[in-house]
Order: sequence, then structure tokens, then C-alpha cells
Amino acid sequence: MEKLKVSNVTKIYGNNTDKAMEMVLKGEDNEQIRAKTKQVVGVREASFSVEEGESFVIMGLSGSGKSTLLRCINQLIKPTAGHIYLDGQDLTKVSSQELIEIRRKRMGMVFQRFALLPNRTILENVGYGLEVQGIARKVRTEQAKKALHMVGLKGWEDYYPHNLSGGMQQRVGIARALATNPDILLMDEPFSALDPLIRQDMQDELLEIQKKLHKTIIFITHDLDEALKIGDRIALMKDARIVQIGEPEDILLSPASDYVARFVENVNRSKALTASSVMVKPRSVVYPKDGPRAALRIMEVHGISSVFVVDRKGALIGYVRAEDAAEAAEKGQRELDGIIQNDVPTAFDDTPLSELLDVLAYTKVPVAVIDEEKILKGVLVRGSVIAGLAGERRDWDE
Amino acid sequence: MNNIPRIPLAKWTDMAIDWLTVNYQNTTQAISDVLKGAIVGLQDFLISIPPELVIIVVALIAWWLAGKRIALFSLVGLAFIYNIQLWNETMQTIAMVIAAVSLCIIIGVPLGILTAKNMTAHRIITPILDFMQTLPAFVYLLPAIPFFGLGVVPAVITTLIFAMPPIIRLTDLGIKQVPEELVELGKSFGSTFFQMLFKIELPLARPTILAGINQCIMLSLSMVVIAAMIGAKGLGGVVWTAIQNLKMGMGFEAGVAIVIIAIILDRITQNLGKTN
Ligand SMILES: Nc1ncnc2c1ncn2[C@@H]1O[C@H](COP(=O)(O)OP(=O)(O)OP(=O)(O)O)[C@@H](O)[C@H]1O
Ligand SMILES: [Mg+2]
Repeated sequence: MEKLKVSNVTKIYGNNTDKAMEMVLKGEDNEQIRAKTKQVVGVREASFSVEEGESFVIMGLSGSGKSTLLRCINQLIKPTAGHIYLDGQDLTKVSSQELIEIRRKRMGMVFQRFALLPNRTILENVGYGLEVQGIARKVRTEQAKKALHMVGLKGWEDYYPHNLSGGMQQRVGIARALATNPDILLMDEPFSALDPLIRQDMQDELLEIQKKLHKTIIFITHDLDEALKIGDRIALMKDARIVQIGEPEDILLSPASDYVARFVENVNRSKALTASSVMVKPRSVVYPKDGPRAALRIMEVHGISSVFVVDRKGALIGYVRAEDAAEAAEKGQRELDGIIQNDVPTAFDDTPLSELLDVLAYTKVPVAVIDEEKILKGVLVRGSVIAGLAGERRDWDE
Repeated sequence: MNNIPRIPLAKWTDMAIDWLTVNYQNTTQAISDVLKGAIVGLQDFLISIPPELVIIVVALIAWWLAGKRIALFSLVGLAFIYNIQLWNETMQTIAMVIAAVSLCIIIGVPLGILTAKNMTAHRIITPILDFMQTLPAFVYLLPAIPFFGLGVVPAVITTLIFAMPPIIRLTDLGIKQVPEELVELGKSFGSTFFQMLFKIELPLARPTILAGINQCIMLSLSMVVIAAMIGAKGLGGVVWTAIQNLKMGMGFEAGVAIVIIAIILDRITQNLGKTN
């Protein structure tokens, strides 16, 4: 179900936006608009929609308009043009009273620099959202404690923010956003201020929490690795525009522009790529009823030293080596039974390449990519894997 | 330049004051009566407490807020004032300072909030504050008399004018200094205007506002002394009499008492913001 829809949102900073808006509509570029009207375009004509329970990542370099776009969603920034729909309701049109209600009950925000109130205890910080709703202290404390527990900070209730490390402070920030049980979490570079290792822990933890709670998350980052890890889909921003929206692999494998491609260049591809994105089609397979001669022939034709054996439905049985097939052929065997090897290295479609590199390094046979029913979907050969890691995509033949 | 007629600013001012006196004297007299009752009441109350008790309580407060050394200083300093028989005058002065500072806080903090929140208010009030702070006090000391008569009331009113600007400025500053992210935090969780103010902005601005109050207290003390010229009595009154009669020793004693009070008040209020 569609939870949030951002429709043609433009935000122009300045006090005389009409002329600049006209120029945006005419498609003139930001620099020209700034030179002519002294107005700064923060976001231009951004549209996307987010499904309930989806993690939607907005990524881009500094100044590309990510924070502006995020703040348009909860109306901390009023868009100059365009609409934001939450469950079909246009937030640009609601009264300020309604807006307060929506912010209280349905949206939680997590900030880059944590934004904890230094004069309040951890528990009081987590309870802030409940407090402004006027919820009784007892209920508030209970709910805040539950949220703290969820982020692994049980026992820290009565400390102050300055007693906690950065990673712990951001857990408090997340607990605070969860405490009001909102539908949507808005996270503006929540892990950017943390050390790389802590950062990875926090990412894992967010994924854990998300598995349990199924929130709709809008997550901002300028780090592609992080985007790939967190995002069900990713929107890439450049110069105030969204230049591409897609699933992590779409972005990696078919970058829509040079800009995206350059962004993608630096990523650690083995983490992002899954087996299915670099596998090749299993053209050459044999069936158990095929004889050793047929198998040998196929291997000769394709110039390979072993071949997969599948059953009628296409489920993987094993593989046959060229030398075994040759021996069996000499002995006059008519079937492959007896020479089929079962120790095939396998992977599922969504196994990350990073987990397969070891196997790929020592295996003499290609890795078979299968689904739950053991149906052979594809084959990983070293060439295609390396090409995938190098960022190219070709139709490789074995 | 010579053929431009002289601008009669003095005459206009006189006319304005006359007009205000004629039209508003009833109002200002009414205010004056209320204030006078309160201030004199406070003075009498302070004088009625046994000095030994005041000395011990102040020393304890100083100990709690500013440490042992200031506590000891308060003990010795106040005992000295008691000994040189300036106790009642000191209490009168302190009552006026308390009255002036209370009014400064009651009026100044909301004005500071207003200027922090409203650009137009900021543009109007800032130049007025500059004017209030730089205009020599003597210039408005005298015009206060037709409105409020002689004595403690015009003294407190002129002190108000002199000592309020830092509270307004520092409240404004304190609120504007609240980090943008914390303001966003408040708004994004659905805080109303007053929730923002009382749960986020004022608590975070507290140390800055307290610094403003500290400055206000020091300015009040100096002004209350000057206001002895229009009959405010207290330690300033002693200084004033001493000057008029060329009694150096008496003037010096009162001066030392003022310094002692100033140091105690300063050290205690300086540390208000640091506790918690
Ligand atoms: N209050 C403002 N007034 C004027 N221009 C602004 C304002 N806030 C942001 N901008 C401009 O709008 C553009 C987008 O800013 P934004 O903060 O949304 O970028 P960002 O992608 O979040 O960057 P970062 O990664 O540095 O946080 C920038 O050019 C910025 O200078
Ligand atoms: Mg940003």
C-alpha cells in the first residue's frame, strides 16, 4: 500500500520565489536562477512514492538537497510548490493544528547530530514526544523504557546525554522516534557522525528493528554502501533533482548517468552485488539419461571441463567431470549414474557476492545458483564475477 | 549650514514631558503608589529581620552556590557592615535592587522572547535598548520626578530603564543560540509554541538569561546608588550626604559597604547558571 507520496515538490530558498519558480518550470539550471534572482533552489520537481513498510533511501552529495526534501515531508520546510500525501492526505493543505497532530502521532525524526536535550535525562529525552502529547507520566515512562530497551539501552534511563558515547546517543535518538510508535521514521544522516565500526553496528541494529516493526523509513545518507545496505529502494539526488530511483542493484548495474556511475565507482561492490546479478545463464546442462558421450560432446563444444546435471524439472543433481565422462565412455557405460559428483558449491539468488568470494577462489567447478526448489537458475564463473565487481555488465557466455 | 534654523529638540522634549505629565500623571501616580507600598514594605521587612539571621542565611546560600571562600567573605563583609552601623541603609538599598531586578525580569524576559521570535519587534526594540543604555542616567533621572515624585519609586523606575537592556538582549541571544537541530527536534515531534518555549528554548537559554540577570543586578546596584540624588536613601543616600557635607570618611565607609554587597551579589548570581 502506498504510504507516502511526494509529488513534484520544489523548494526555493529566498524571499522572492515567483520568478525563480518560473525559471524552474522552464527548466533553467540552478546556477542561472541564482545569478538572475538571488534565490537558491533546494529541491526541484522531486517525485516519488514509498510503500508501507519500505525503507526508502535518499542519497546524494553534500548540498544536493536531501535534508531539504526530507524536511518538506514533515513540513519543517514548506515546499514552494508540489504536494506531499500521507495516506492520501495532502500535508501541504492541513491546518497547523492537524499538522501538530500528524507530527506527534505519525512521524518520528532522527537527527544527524542526535539532537538530545542536554538538560534532560535519557528517559526524559526518549519520552519527549509522549510528553508533548500530554500523556500521563506513568504511561510515558513505561513506553519510553520499552523503547530504550528495544535499542539495547536498558539501565541508562537516569543518565544524561553527555554520559553516553555517540553511538549510544543515537540509539537514544532512535528510541525517542520509536517511543511514539509513528508510522514513518524520517532519518537525516543518522549514522554519519559515528565511527565506521559503530556505524555498521547501528545499521545492523536498524535492520533488526525494522524486521520487527516494519516502519516506513525515509533514510538519508551520502554513503552508497550504507544506502545499499539499508535501502529497499534508493533515490539519487544531484543539484536539487532526483536523478535516479531504483532498487540497489539497478543503481549499481545500470547507473542512469555518468554522475550516478561515478558515485557508484567507489562502492565495495562485493557487498552490494548478489549472486543473481552476476550469474550467467546455464546453457550447457545434461540430464541423467544422457550418456557420457553426450556429456563429453557438450563440454567440448563449450570448452569447459565439467557440466551440471539437472533433472527434468531443472533441479540440480550434481556435475560430471570431463575425465570421468571419458573413462565411463571408454568402459561403454550408457548412463551418467555413478560418475555424477554431488559436492557442487551452490548459492541462492540473493546471496551476497562477498560471501562467495572464498568459494570462488578455490573451486574447480563453477558455483551453481539455485532457488529454494533447487532449480538451477544460473552459474557463477570467475570471469562474470570479476566483471561484475569491476562494474561492467555484459552478457557473458560460459 | 547657517541658514538652516536650529532644531528645537529641547523645547520639543519639554513640551512632550509637559503633555505627558498633564495627561498621564494620574496613571503614573497610581503606579507610583502601588510601587511605593511594595518597595517600602520590602525595605521594612528586610530591616525587621535580625541582622545575625540575615548574615548567616546569606553565608549559607553563598556556601551552597559559590563555595567556601565567598561564604566566608559574606560572613565577614556583612558583619563589618553591621559593625559600622550601615545595616539599615544596606537593607534599603538591597530592597530597591530586589524590586528593580524583579521588575526587570518580569518585563525583560518576555521582551527578550518577543525579539527572538519576531523580527519586527527585534528591529524596533534593539535601537531603543541602545538608546536606553547610552543615554546618561542623569538625563532621565530628573524627568522621572514629575511622574513619580521623589524617593524610591523614581529611583527604581530609572534603575529599571538602566538595568533592563542586558536581560532583554541576553534572553534574545540565549533563545537564538538554541541549536537549529533542537528547534527542529521540538517541531518535528509536534510541540506547540509554548511547549517549544518552556520545554526547549528557555531551559537551554537558562545560563545565558542568568548571565543577563547577573549583569542586571550589578547595574541596578550602581544605579540605585546614583538615584540617591532624587531621594532614594539607602547607601547611596549616605554617599550623597557625605559628598554634600564633605565628609570623606563617611563617604568611604558607605562606598566600601557598596563594594561588599556588589561582590557578594555578583559571585552568588554568577554561579546560579552553573549549578545543575
Ligand atoms: N536555510 C537556507 N537558506 C538558503 N539556502 C539553503 C538553506 N538551507 C539549505 N540551503 C541550500 O539548499 C541546498 C540544499 O541543501 P540541503 O541542506 O538540503 O543539502 P543536503 O543534501 O542535505 O546536504 P548535506 O549532505 O551537506 O547535509 C544547498 O545548496 C544549500 O546551500
Ligand atoms: Mg543534510
